[in-house]
Amino acid sequence: MNGFLTLLYKELLRFWKVGFQTVFAPMLSTLLYLLIFSHMLEERVQAYPGVTYTVFLIPGLVIMAMLQNAFANSSSSLIQSIVSGNHIFMLLSPLSYQEIFTAYVLASVVRGLVVGLGIYVVTLGFFELPLYSFAWVFVFALMGTALLGALGIIAGIWAEKFEHLSALQNFIILPLTFLSGVFYTIPSLPPFWRGLSYLNPFFYMVDGFRYGFFRVSDVSPYLSLGTLMACFLAVSWCTLRMLKTGYKIRK
Amino acid sequence: MIPAIEVRQVHKRFGALHALCGIDLEINTGEFFALLGPNGAGKTTLINIIAGLTLASSGSVRVKGHDVVAEYREARSMLGVVPQELVFDPFFTVRETLVFQSGYYGMKKNKSWIDEILHHLDLADKADTNMRSLSGGMKRRVLVAQALVHKPPVIVLDEPTAGVDVELRQALWRFIKQLNRNGHTIVLTTHYLEEAEALCNRLAMLKNGNIVVLDSVRNLISNISGHRIRLRLSPDTLPAALQLLTISHDHGYYVLAIEEYSQLENVMTALRAAQTQILELQILQPDLEEVFVKIMRGAESLEPASV
Repeated sequence: MNGFLTLLYKELLRFWKVGFQTVFAPMLSTLLYLLIFSHMLEERVQAYPGVTYTVFLIPGLVIMAMLQNAFANSSSSLIQSIVSGNHIFMLLSPLSYQEIFTAYVLASVVRGLVVGLGIYVVTLGFFELPLYSFAWVFVFALMGTALLGALGIIAGIWAEKFEHLSALQNFIILPLTFLSGVFYTIPSLPPFWRGLSYLNPFFYMVDGFRYGFFRVSDVSPYLSLGTLMACFLAVSWCTLRMLKTGYKIRK
Repeated sequence: MIPAIEVRQVHKRFGALHALCGIDLEINTGEFFALLGPNGAGKTTLINIIAGLTLASSGSVRVKGHDVVAEYREARSMLGVVPQELVFDPFFTVRETLVFQSGYYGMKKNKSWIDEILHHLDLADKADTNMRSLSGGMKRRVLVAQALVHKPPVIVLDEPTAGVDVELRQALWRFIKQLNRNGHTIVLTTHYLEEAEALCNRLAMLKNGNIVVLDSVRNLISNISGHRIRLRLSPDTLPAALQLLTISHDHGYYVLAIEEYSQLENVMTALRAAQTQILELQILQPDLEEVFVKIMRGAESLEPASV
């Protein structure tokens, strides 16, 4: 195995070894959201014509879980390594910063996809969910998890304590995902909040991902994809720069 | 022959602190080299720069002729580093740790070498134990194993025996000596001077970011002028004539400094004249500790340079 594949494999094994916490726990909490919200709102809300609220909710919850877990994977792996000091074994090796970046992002993507797929498969047992285009679904799942995986690298390196990381998670990642249209459609919002939502990159992930199921979206999926790609390029550039200059890790 | 490690005019500044002030150092292939110095002298910083864990503010470092920044892949493959801190990844077992480490270096089919290292370091029965469950001494041995897993020609050990019991320390040194005999270049930092004296052929002493001594261990010791003798007397008083020679008086033992062995005559004469009986007499061999203390005192004037 070459260095890159080893690091990728190690990162995958790391979350898989604690799969109860990294895969099954988020699956369970997402399914609880689904159970509670669908029970409360099924009769009262209809987001898209001809689509029940529960069915509308599923893709949003799936991508939300994927994004949160992709972020959690790279960020927690890195902060644990850095705080305990074992990241030096990676830094001592001939691995390039691009290889480190790609391995961490891919591991995040895989964890996100595994969690998302798990939730999707379970919900299929209870609800009939249309699937308009697997390609769109996949492309948004990939872009969203990759973007959050890269952000997780920045967060994991920047954070000096677990407290910093949980602050980022609770005060930035969580609000942005909750306010991205997972639980509602953006046109249903008052104009001010609607305008604000268009500035939230998470909105484009949710909207595009949902388009793949229903063929209905608030904005064009091409616009969403373009926005996400631009975000991914910008975040990746920052992340690669950090890794290249050794920001905080090669003092 | 290309030197194992070549350090040229390396400076390192951490804010206002000038941690390394233009280090020049060449370590030859096959050497067993010690880097000595008090805490904060810059030993670990220098090692981290050689290993690529820290970037030098200026200057260059080559490992086996490869620049550690421009040709970092080659340089790092040539180097195995045993860090000072007991760091480990709690997710994995000993074997997984070693398999991953060797994979990072692109080593394929490395099982037989990993088995061999595990055997030499007496870790074979712990191969499938999680790192968390190991004792401190075992974790230390895993660190050594990790540094060796890609068969590097140059091995750097940053205080590998700090906090290690005597038995393990000796086992580690036997193993490292063996590696040196097999052609590996060894660089170590240590606080134990007797360790450097027993193992190394050359050493550098660092103080406040400067190399204050760079010489062979033999030269250093032979350059100490004079000898020491240790005496126990009855009665426990030293004749006035000998007071000037006294270095210390501790637990009934007097340590005197003499320039040459012939001076022993004078000591004996003075004792006889004072009717003092010698209960014990010992001639002390000069050791590195003395050199170390002497030099570190002498270098006291070298205050940490500020920027």
